[in-house]
Parts: sequence; structure tokens; C-alpha cells
Amino acid sequence: MLKKVLTNPSRLTLQIFVGLAFFAQANAATGDEAMFVVNNTWMMVATLLVFIMHLGFASLESGLTRSKNTVNILFKNTMIISIGLLTYAICGFNLMYPGEAWIFGKWFGFGGWGITAPEGAAGLIGYANGAYSYWTDFLFQGMFAATGATIISGAVAGRIKLRSFLLFSTVFVGVLYPFVGSWKWGAGWLDQMGFYDFAGSTLVHSVGGWGALAGALLLGPRIGKYAGGEVNVLRGSSMPLATIGVFLLWLGWFGFNGGSVLSADPGAVSFTLVTTCLAAAAGILGAYFVSEWVQKQPDLSMVLNGALAGLVGITAGADTVSVLSAVIIGLVAGGLVVLSVIFIDSKLRIDDPVGAISVHLVCGIWGTLAVGIFSTNSAHSFATQLTGVAAYGLVVFPVALILFYLLKISLGIRVSADDETKGLDLSEHGMEAYGGFQVFSDS
Amino acid sequence: MKLIVAMIQPHKLPDVKQALFDAEIYKMTVTNALGCGQQRGFTEAYRGVIHTVNLLKKVRVEVAVNEEFVEPTIAAITKGARTGNIGDGKIFILDLPECIRIRTGERGFEAIG
Repeated sequence: MLKKVLTNPSRLTLQIFVGLAFFAQANAATGDEAMFVVNNTWMMVATLLVFIMHLGFASLESGLTRSKNTVNILFKNTMIISIGLLTYAICGFNLMYPGEAWIFGKWFGFGGWGITAPEGAAGLIGYANGAYSYWTDFLFQGMFAATGATIISGAVAGRIKLRSFLLFSTVFVGVLYPFVGSWKWGAGWLDQMGFYDFAGSTLVHSVGGWGALAGALLLGPRIGKYAGGEVNVLRGSSMPLATIGVFLLWLGWFGFNGGSVLSADPGAVSFTLVTTCLAAAAGILGAYFVSEWVQKQPDLSMVLNGALAGLVGITAGADTVSVLSAVIIGLVAGGLVVLSVIFIDSKLRIDDPVGAISVHLVCGIWGTLAVGIFSTNSAHSFATQLTGVAAYGLVVFPVALILFYLLKISLGIRVSADDETKGLDLSEHGMEAYGGFQVFSDS
Repeated sequence: MKLIVAMIQPHKLPDVKQALFDAEIYKMTVTNALGCGQQRGFTEAYRGVIHTVNLLKKVRVEVAVNEEFVEPTIAAITKGARTGNIGDGKIFILDLPECIRIRTGERGFEAIG
């Protein structure tokens, strides 16, 4: 028994913690107190894991874009976490979770400005049936909001005006994301209908994906991307960075899905992590097979996108589908993302430097619909899932388009051709990512 | 035979390459370089401090040609690289006494291609 405890550090930590917690039980009111501490601890760990996704996005986007824009990409990623968390504190959290403060049916509600914990135990152990404290709830959900916003920065990379992007993101993550999010997670009308989105295939990924699509459409492609009527390759600057990024994102998903159980329930959390990881693994495989078949060579960027596709795909139903279903969902998502990237790039001619639209929008929709197909819970139906997907698309996409359009006609959303060819690092920031000597600018 | 060496702006490389291809000049060597001309650099800011960078990134294109290709090459490079702004670059023409193809040992006119 002792040997088992000593060979696994994290279990040891948990067991020490639980042990201490139970020791405190002698002084605390009930065993509920101990469970509260354990649950809340896991939720805080999940929060930091979701935070790690920002490292992932920063690395992935830097790796898949050209080095002359790296400072700009990193700057956008840094600003997004700031804008995301602050707007969530100011109004986002209460827009997403109005509680009793619904204003317009179950469509729009607002719980008030700022974040204030309820008094006494209500903000702590009484808050979510002893699962986590008010503050944990805020921060965990705040991290989700920030990750949703950063999806867009990849699709608009290399040609968007910085200030326009920051303004768009502020409105997008400060108002639009929490407003539509309240329909499901805030116990709004979609939730009442039985729509299910466990960790945000729709609420986070497809919402970000619609924004990305709107941006890419209104911005137009990068110079040289479709020059001469051909589809040209604008190669990423660092495959190692891109790979590190994807693995960091996968790591973050342990919290993204694992924390969406909203407690430390051993069965639920461990099962969710299994479906999550198996879907990611299957996503890689699905992408590998399809990209080999289509491109005739094993493409690293495709299998990396495949891992993410599997993860996005399982995010809607990680706790409510079987292991086999999770693998199928991942396989399909992996294949889907390859086909989607090629279709969007070559047929639709929408320039998406990192494949954000394919990974987040297309696979987000797939993941949501897959719940209707594979869920072991008979309360979930394909029709309801489809309704949810449509509702989000019909609201988020036009609003994002309008936002970008308003910015386009006022401040302008695209940098000048000269600035774009020089690179946004020099033109928007006056600094270089790789100071001094730089490997090839363009081929 | 001449060796034509051109220093151009890095972001004009695709245009220069295309112009050379259009003039049916396909063989070239491209390297990164740092350099400056009459302007002696530009200023950049880093963590609140403005400093002067006087070696700017350039790209060096080298093409070895027979006599009749010298003017077309110059025209193509100029067409591709010219923007009218300071920093467009320079072209140097060097005399090339001999050229050998390693694979076959050919020399001179045949080796240049």
C-alpha cells in the first residue's frame, strides 16, 4: 500500500491533501468541507491548464506564420488574454451567467457589473453545491472566454490592423461571446431545449470559428497567396514551435474538458480525460490517413491540425459518449479537418494561415452534431443539436461580419500593401522577432 | 561570361525571381545579407530605447550568364526590384573568366547554360 502511494507523485499529493483535509474534518463541520476543498483544488488546476492553452496558441500561430509577423502574432495573443479576463470581470461573467437576472426571455440577461462574491458561505462551499468557490467559477470560465477570442487571431494573421483587431476582440469577447454563451451554460433557452455542449465545441470553438471566418472573408487573402490565379504556399516559419503549440493545447484540454465536469468526481473526470485523449489520438490518425491519400505525403501540419480537430470534436460530448464513439468522432474530425483545410484554401480561396476555421468552426459543428448521434443520454437529439448549431451560426456570424465591416469602413482593418510586405513586426511594432540575422524572408 | 550580383530588398525577392523566370533565366543563387547604403540604416525601438540599426537585411542574388544574357538579366532584376524608394539596391557586374559544371566537367559556354 505504501509502495503504491510512493510511486505516483500526483496521487501522493492528492492523498496527502485528502489526508490533511480529512484531518481538518475533525475540526471542520462535515466531510462536505473536505470534498469542497478537493473539488475546488481540481477546478483551480483545470483553470491553470486552460490558461496553458494561451502558450499553445502563441506557439502554434507563431510556428505557422512567417517570421516577419511573429511579434505581431505574439502581441495579439498577449493582448487577448488581458482583454478576455478583464472584460469577463467587468461584464462578461454576469452576461454569461445571469442567474435570476434574465431581462429578455431566456435570451438575454445581465447579472450586474463587476465580480462580487456572494456573502459568506454562499460564495464558498454553498456556491455550487460544494464543487468550487465563486472565484474559481469566475476564473475558470474567464479562461474559456479568453481562449475563444484567440481563435480569431490565427485566421487574420499577417494583414490585420492591430487596433482594429483589438477593438473587435474587445466587443467579441466582452459582449458577444458571453451573450450567446448564456443561451446554454447560463441556463438560457437552448439549455431549456435540451441542447448539450459539454465543454464548448459550439460555445467556444464554433463561436471563435465564425468570428475567424468573418474576419478572413472581409480582410481578404495575404498578398501573394492567390497571386497569378494560383494557390500559393506561404510557409510557416517554425514547425517545432507549431508542434510544441499543439501539444501545449492538448495539455490544456485536460483542464478544458476535465474541468468542465465542474467537480473532481473521479469517475466523470477520469472518463472525460480518456475520451478526450483518445479523440485526439484518433484525430491524428484520421488526419494522417486522409492527408496521405490526398497529398500523397505525410504532412506534419495536417496531423497537428488533426490532433486539434479530434480535441475540438470531442469537446461537446466528452462525458456523454462511449469510448468507441470518442474514437470515431476523433477519426472523422481528423479526416474532416484535412479536407476542410484544402477546400477552404483551394476551392473557396479564403486565406486562413493556421486552419482556424477548419479546426474550430467545422470540427466544432461536427462535435456538436456528434453528440446528437453518439450520446448515451437519450435526452440528447440530433435535431436539438442542429438547432443550437444553427442558432449560433445565424447570430454570431452576421454580428461578427457587421463588426468587422464597421471597422473596415471607419478605421480600416487591413494594413497597407507596403506594410504587409515589409512585415507587421516592423510596420506595426517597429521591432523584430528574431533580432539581428533572420533566415529567409520569403522564397 | 559575367557574374551578376544584385543586392535587393528581401521582400522584392519573389518579384525579382518571377522577372528572371519571365526572361528565361532560371539559374541563380540567393543568400541572406546585411548591408546598408547611403542612408546608414534606420531607427528601431526596443523596450523604450530607440537605437539605430545600420545593417539592414538584404538579399543577394547571383546569376552567372553568357554575354548575350547580361542586359536581359539586368533588365529583369531592375524590373523586379525597383520600387522607386530608397533602398532598392545595387547590381554589380563581375567578369567571370571560367565556369565549370561539376557533374560533367564541361567548361565555359556550355557550363553556364
